[in-house]
Amino acid sequence: MLKTSILTAAAYALCAAATAQAQVEIDEPWVRATVAQQTATGAFMRLTSRSDSALVQAESPAARHVEIHEMAMENDVMKMRQIDRISLPAGKVVELKPGSYHIMLIELSKQIKEGDHIPLTLTFQGADGKRETMRVDAPARPLAGDSKAGRGARHGHAH
Amino acid sequence: MTRSMSRRNFLSALFAAGLSLHGCSRSGRPERFHGKDLTGADFGRDFLLTGTDGKPYSLSDFGGNVVMLFFGFTQCPDVCPTALLRAAQAKELLGKDGERLQVLFITIDPERDTPGVLDAYTHAFDPSFRGLYGDLEQTARTAEHFRVFYQKVPTGSSYTMDHSAIAYVYDRRGELRLGLHYSQTAQECADDIRQLL
Repeated sequence: MLKTSILTAAAYALCAAATAQAQVEIDEPWVRATVAQQTATGAFMRLTSRSDSALVQAESPAARHVEIHEMAMENDVMKMRQIDRISLPAGKVVELKPGSYHIMLIELSKQIKEGDHIPLTLTFQGADGKRETMRVDAPARPLAGDSKAGRGARHGHAH
Repeated sequence: MTRSMSRRNFLSALFAAGLSLHGCSRSGRPERFHGKDLTGADFGRDFLLTGTDGKPYSLSDFGGNVVMLFFGFTQCPDVCPTALLRAAQAKELLGKDGERLQVLFITIDPERDTPGVLDAYTHAFDPSFRGLYGDLEQTARTAEHFRVFYQKVPTGSSYTMDHSAIAYVYDRRGELRLGLHYSQTAQECADDIRQLL
């Protein structure tokens, strides 16, 4: 009896430790599929950090270069800039989406087709300077699909 | 015969730009647009560019249709696919009338947008959409005439393009009528375009 309790407690402790370790929750990652010869595309997702931190680096075997970009509209002109980091205030949902931030995949090794899974390695840095690396597989949504889950996912879902 | 504008006329029109006001008067029109009303504008009258089939095209080649014109580049991860998707959705919302909407995508990055990638890219959104390109000088001249701003911006490993994100709409007579803002929905675009069909 006692042994079981200890084991259960240990299991809970392990779970708690594992959960505590993942400082950042990554939801609905996706990349935009490309056409042949297109050498760049964007990756998008929702990030929620438990404590103040920042996305400071992104890498992918699918692209030679990966950059963090911010897009802004000024007087009907679209401006895109590479940025060093995306701040993730504690508990706040930060969206990487068209019209805002995105991860830019440059010099793709091959065409990204709808349904492909693109591995991304993201590095986050906490306020204490500690770095944590997380890996996600981002499914490719159709180039001509909606950035919102609805329309794009319509093609993505299996019948 | 429908009104057609030859290339020579296009050049004349370019020289005459600013001297003449033409088309509908600014007053007394019943249309209420979500986009910017550009009726009577003295810019963006025509272009002479190359299609992905290697043939020359000007605006008059699409006479009889409502034309939506957008400047962008295929390496654009954000605004360009969003605008082209919106155009495809607007066309769908117009139903049968959508067949009389011609969407044109002019690249402002001809160095990277080869005819092959431009063709595949535009067709991914709708088989009827067309990509157009020119050399660097033609591109610069065309953008200037359409009051489209663009500039190369270096990033760590490559470059990106800042560019105007407005989509121009021409009525069936080839007159510039509207500028659709990036923030407009597909439904708002379809409502605007329907008034010109």
